[in-house]
Amino acid sequence: MSKLIEKEYKVIAEMVDQGATVLDLGCGHGDLLALLTREKNVKGQGIEIDQQAIYDCVAKGLSVFHGDIDTGLPEFGDRAFDYVILSQSMQQVKKPDTVLTEALRVGKKVIVSFPNFAHITARFQLGFSGKVPVNPSLPFEWYNTPNTHFLSFHDFIDYCRKRGIKIEKKTYLSEKNKVRVLPNLFGMVGIFLISQ
Amino acid sequence: MVKEPIETKYFNFDELKLESGEKLSPVTLAYEAYGKLNADKSNAILIVHALSGDAHAAGPNGWWEKLIGAGKAFDTGKYFIICSNVLGGCRGSTGPASLNPKTGKPYGLDFPIITITDMVNAQKKLIDFLGIDKLLSVAGGSMGGMQVLEWLVSYPEQVVSAIPIATAVRHSPQQIAFDEVGRQAIMADINWNDGNYYGGPAPDRGLAVARMVGHITYMSDRSMEDKFGRKFRDKKQLLKKFAAEFEVEGYLQYRGDSFVKRFDANSYLYITKAMDYFDAFHGKGISEAFRGIKAKVLVLAFKSDWLYPAYQSQEIVKACKLSGVKTAYCEIDSKYGHDSFLIETEEETHLIRNFLKNVKAD
Repeated sequence: MSKLIEKEYKVIAEMVDQGATVLDLGCGHGDLLALLTREKNVKGQGIEIDQQAIYDCVAKGLSVFHGDIDTGLPEFGDRAFDYVILSQSMQQVKKPDTVLTEALRVGKKVIVSFPNFAHITARFQLGFSGKVPVNPSLPFEWYNTPNTHFLSFHDFIDYCRKRGIKIEKKTYLSEKNKVRVLPNLFGMVGIFLISQ
Repeated sequence: MVKEPIETKYFNFDELKLESGEKLSPVTLAYEAYGKLNADKSNAILIVHALSGDAHAAGPNGWWEKLIGAGKAFDTGKYFIICSNVLGGCRGSTGPASLNPKTGKPYGLDFPIITITDMVNAQKKLIDFLGIDKLLSVAGGSMGGMQVLEWLVSYPEQVVSAIPIATAVRHSPQQIAFDEVGRQAIMADINWNDGNYYGGPAPDRGLAVARMVGHITYMSDRSMEDKFGRKFRDKKQLLKKFAAEFEVEGYLQYRGDSFVKRFDANSYLYITKAMDYFDAFHGKGISEAFRGIKAKVLVLAFKSDWLYPAYQSQEIVKACKLSGVKTAYCEIDSKYGHDSFLIETEEETHLIRNFLKNVKAD
């Protein structure tokens, strides 16, 4: 696990109440769910599309569903979870708008984290080198990236304003620390606690 | 390490009250057991078989031999594994071919209608007889998966974990339809004689055709293409009218013919009907049906399985979730159709072994 991801999980864990119910959308290999179960005693479930990742989740003893979050979450009622988490998965789905709407329906609160496409290194790479950015929060090449949507923190804040979504907390991370000054320029990963 | 020889044992009990209200008496269950029951009897796993299976699950020619044994998914070094032939079967357990004590002749159609619930109730008697209070797990595919679900709803206190594979809460009309074609093939055989054929020629042709239809539904379009293509066994011979020239024809005929040597046609009728009647929800709504289940559940489906499609497994998962049951679900990418649960043993091993590792009897 990269340092940045480790830090991100720590921030998310701080946002989650003890004993809460959690749905992790795109839970990957289950590291975050396992951490939340261990340290926050949450009742957690995950949804993940990758078969090998599901194997790892089962090995961790997690409740996971092998499926696609893009097709919605019809099996869950409104406000069924205290938290719905989209850790590095919102920018990978086909329809982030639909997925976020569903997340906000089934979760009382939603935690979203994503890489900042307007980070200063990304701006330099795109602006001066004329190349698609590759940095610790965007570690993929254009031909193998799972990301299908590229956005900045400002884009997300605008989106929430337009949709009437309340941003309750936000934390920006760089590789070294939390970013407080000019986050849209210096933050690599943003973590937002939002609610409808 | 000295390997214990595998032997089929027989458990007899006086009477079983059936779901229909009728009583079956006496009853025999053929079963096999592998591994050692630990001192506090907390390591027992019940394996339940599909339509044509039997008690011989492990060891040479066992129907799940790749999954059960030392170091395998169901590790006989750790667990005590039990598998019994279902009630209504023809492989040592009481079924329509057994002697009716009232007449001294085989039951035939005098055998009462049995259900998946009855099969599970009979297994419960066996488990009690073995002195086991709680099963660490119950696992099986297809009709075995139905029995797994029935264990969960009938005996929620006795099941610590469950692994239903390639199965359904209930049969769809398509599944009932295929079963009915099989039954009609048997009943259309002149030798069937209203089920009264013991001692004379058996309805082998009908049963073989039923099995052929079954085999088509167990495979996928792709697995048939890979296995047979349009190959001829010898060569195209237009003069040989309707001989089994295609590989696939020969295969199905071979499968049908070998099946009749080990299976009773009346058992086929009774067991397929039991599958068709089955409804794990027992008429309840999806949000109430699985209330009270305490087990951890691992649900497995296979992508190419069109007989028990993944959506049916997902319905099981949904019902589990609505009742707060801890559930993991994986749809294994396999090309072998419904047969995958018998073939895709490497993937299953990975999932089942790791799942069981996290299951603890309290």
